[in-house]
Amino acid sequence: MQVLLAIVVGVVYAASIYLMLRRNIVKLAIGLALFGHASNLLIFTAGGLTRGKPPIVPEGADAPAAMVADPLPHALILTAIVIGFGVLAFSLVLVHRTYQMTGQDDTDHMRSAET
Amino acid sequence: MNSIILRTTTRLMLPLLLLFSVLLLLLGHNQPGGGFAGGLLAAAAYALYGMAHDAGAARKLLRVPPGMLIAGGLGIALLSGLVGAIMGREVFLSAWTEVNLPLIGHAKLGTPMLFDLGVYFTVVGVTLAMIFALREE
Amino acid sequence: MLQSVLLILGLAALAPWVHRLAGRWSARLYASVGAGLFAYFASLAPRVYASEPIAQRWEWIEALHVAISFRLDGLALVFAFLVTGVGALILLYAGAYMKDHPRVGAFFASLLLFMASMLGLVLADNVVTLFIFWELTSVSSFLLIGFDRQREGARRAAMQALLVTGLGGMALLGGLAMLATAAGSWELHEIAASGGAIRAHALFLPAFALVALGAFTKSAQFPFHFWLPNAMEAPTPVSAYLHSSTMVKAGVYLLARLHPALGGNDVWFHTLTWVGAATFVVGGLLATRETAMKRILAYTTVASLGALVMMLGVGTQAALVAMSAFLVAHALYKGALFLIAGAVDHEAGEKYVDRLGGLRRAMPLTAACAAIAALSMAGVPPTLGFIAKETILEGVAHDTLGWTLLALATLGSTLTVAAAAIVGLRPFFGRPRETPRTAHDPGPEMLAGPFILAALGLIGGLMPALFADSIVSATATTVGGAPIEKHLHLWHGFTLALALSAAALVVGAAIALLAARWRRALAPIGALSRFGPERLYGAGLGALNVLAVSLTGVYQNGRLRRYTTVVFVFTGLLVGASLVRLGALSGLTGLDRVYPFDAIVCMAIIAGAIAAICAKGRLGAVAALGIVGYGVTVLYVVYGAPDLALTLVSVETLTVILFVLVLYHLPRFAIYTSRAARVRDMVIAVSFGAVMCLLTLIAADVQFSPTISEWFVENSVPKGKGRNIVNVILVDFRALDTMGEITVLGVAAIGVHALLKLKPAAASDGGDES
Repeated sequence: MQVLLAIVVGVVYAASIYLMLRRNIVKLAIGLALFGHASNLLIFTAGGLTRGKPPIVPEGADAPAAMVADPLPHALILTAIVIGFGVLAFSLVLVHRTYQMTGQDDTDHMRSAET
Repeated sequence: MNSIILRTTTRLMLPLLLLFSVLLLLLGHNQPGGGFAGGLLAAAAYALYGMAHDAGAARKLLRVPPGMLIAGGLGIALLSGLVGAIMGREVFLSAWTEVNLPLIGHAKLGTPMLFDLGVYFTVVGVTLAMIFALREE
Repeated sequence: MLQSVLLILGLAALAPWVHRLAGRWSARLYASVGAGLFAYFASLAPRVYASEPIAQRWEWIEALHVAISFRLDGLALVFAFLVTGVGALILLYAGAYMKDHPRVGAFFASLLLFMASMLGLVLADNVVTLFIFWELTSVSSFLLIGFDRQREGARRAAMQALLVTGLGGMALLGGLAMLATAAGSWELHEIAASGGAIRAHALFLPAFALVALGAFTKSAQFPFHFWLPNAMEAPTPVSAYLHSSTMVKAGVYLLARLHPALGGNDVWFHTLTWVGAATFVVGGLLATRETAMKRILAYTTVASLGALVMMLGVGTQAALVAMSAFLVAHALYKGALFLIAGAVDHEAGEKYVDRLGGLRRAMPLTAACAAIAALSMAGVPPTLGFIAKETILEGVAHDTLGWTLLALATLGSTLTVAAAAIVGLRPFFGRPRETPRTAHDPGPEMLAGPFILAALGLIGGLMPALFADSIVSATATTVGGAPIEKHLHLWHGFTLALALSAAALVVGAAIALLAARWRRALAPIGALSRFGPERLYGAGLGALNVLAVSLTGVYQNGRLRRYTTVVFVFTGLLVGASLVRLGALSGLTGLDRVYPFDAIVCMAIIAGAIAAICAKGRLGAVAALGIVGYGVTVLYVVYGAPDLALTLVSVETLTVILFVLVLYHLPRFAIYTSRAARVRDMVIAVSFGAVMCLLTLIAADVQFSPTISEWFVENSVPKGKGRNIVNVILVDFRALDTMGEITVLGVAAIGVHALLKLKPAAASDGGDES
């Protein structure tokens, strides 16, 4: 499954980059959301795939009897999901406010802040 | 978004979703779940309610302002970390105690559970603060 | 020693307030502190002269060999005398000279900062300590040259001095680090002691080149000499102190300090000797071209620094004695002459020598000091300057060195004689001229400096045994790395040096008498200077600006997608290049087992991603994003990550809500980019995706050290008392990280609140700002 998942990662990355390079600011935000998914999947796949064995210790035992999925990438990704959500929410509000202030959804016309 | 079906559904769903989110929080140390998952679920429940009705109604139902939830959540989490320091050990080193509670029976209580509660409140507060503010635009 | 540096630094920090409290007495206070420190160092002198260096050391960053260590030996002591002694006189002088200036407090703060840095520089034994003080002197020099910040000339000169010496400083840091590596020690006295190891080391040549570059820029050696005359924009006390007596000698000091380590070979000899000799002659030529008193003195300072470097280059015992003697003599007469030039400008209101004459009637005391100092500069007996010049000529009059060097040295001396007469004698003798102000002798505070310095130059010549012998011997001993005992004498008998010295006097005097004609004869040099190093400096600076502007314009053109493109193209290239370089591509394993259900989910995610690109409408794009999100959720479920799935499912719901709320206010999608741009972006996107795909495959194959994860798995129940290992990691083992993370979330919420709830009043009122 690694090969297939790697292809999924590549396709989602490609789609996210393409959207982030658009001038439309909403497409940019959608690209940002896809970027988060791709990065999380990258870490998930790179951490090693274990099918159907969640990292939970059975009742009464001190450690799982057999090999379980690596919990460390899970912990990393969990925080990454929540932070990614915070970033996405903030950028969406920024999109909203920018449109309110400039009346533009084209990033090429948002250059006044630079000068 | 003025659908009667949506309004009714969200009103009925809210308590169920909230109950589930509290379960996720409480059982999270031993089963899948935890403060993040529980908090996001609770926030989603209120947010759906706010979409179907309006932000004011959802705020009223929440009773506490989201900003207070953020501050309280961060405070609880920080306090749970300071327990270790107060006991003369490292900051954020966990401390546990075992109690016998009526109805539930024997239970282990520790600072990590308190910390998870802080996470829960912070996540609910942050998410709802954002969504309510946008809903009111 | 550290205490003395800290004492001056403390005074510098308090200077503005001290000035407010004490007024004119503040300068006298600083001067007495300087004099006190001079006495302190004088009290240490007997121990140092008995070859017993005094050391102090505090550890700072042990792992990086950085310590605050000081070491007082013969060379450090002579410089400590200059810094504190000349410093005290100049502080006193500056109090009177600057008394009407509105920013006296700031002036003394910078001047004292310099004094502390220079003292630290000459006392430092650790390489890093030395470098910090070295840079501090450059910074305080910048502040002082640009002190009259309203004048553009002052600002430009300050920037030029900072850039030239700062560039040298960077080279110096690299050179010193190489030296320390080669010597195996970061203490200068140990580096100096391991000369053999350094000269045999592969880093010797680059280290020498970098150190020399640092020293040459600091000490204004040709072709880096141009910043020093421009630095005369500074108030005169600054020119006298920094740009003649002390700071510009830091380069000479460093070369002298490292002479035992780097010297004694052809590279050292040829570089220093010829650069020094060239500077000696060029400085002298340019000095006699000028008419402004301070600029003449500045160019003669350049010439003198050249002479010092030249003698260091020659490096024989006689040459090192000459270097030490000239170091002292020059500091005494040049300091005096600068202060006199300032006094003339201050009291007569005129600074051009061709408009001055006969001032000896109006300013008799000043004229007397000027005459003594000028005679010492010209090398007329019985001054210390005479002895120094004799030792220099003796040092280069050596069969093995050939006649070229001797000729250059004689020429340099001749030009120095001419400049001395032009700047020190002509304004005071001859026919009196009208001056803008009615000239008179300055007050005692401004006369004390010139008088004491000039008198010491005379006493040193008449009675060398009083102080000059011991100072010169101890300095030469440190520089030479072996004991040198020298007794200076006025009379050496009829030698070649004496004959050359006499010839220099006669020719120099003739040039001074015919100064106006001499200047006209030298006019072609002015045309030549159009191609000189200063021109090169200006062109280089201009080219740098043009390059920076055009480069920044390319990658920061104000369009967001340009920035995004630059980031992703370079990230992709870097990651791809490392994958290729590591040869990782060959190690891929073949296809492994594919589960039908998982494959369908993967296809759904891919379809969702493509739909997100192609969607014509906004809601369609959001729905496609949802497909990707829920597809990933299913993958998390399948591959044993229920916590992730539970979290992501709520996040996806909330994301859709957020998008709907925002899109409600935004217009429909419009296509802005051209077809060509879309194709280009598609190529970038697909290439980046391909690189990340390969990275995933390779990363999945690499087995990281598993001990971290295993520790978590094994200790979750015993130590964390929880069976959900992921949750235990988040709220117990790595709780501090999670604390940071939820704090970030709180900050994001504050940001959203600020954006939406704290709108500027003008925008909501529909004012003209919106």
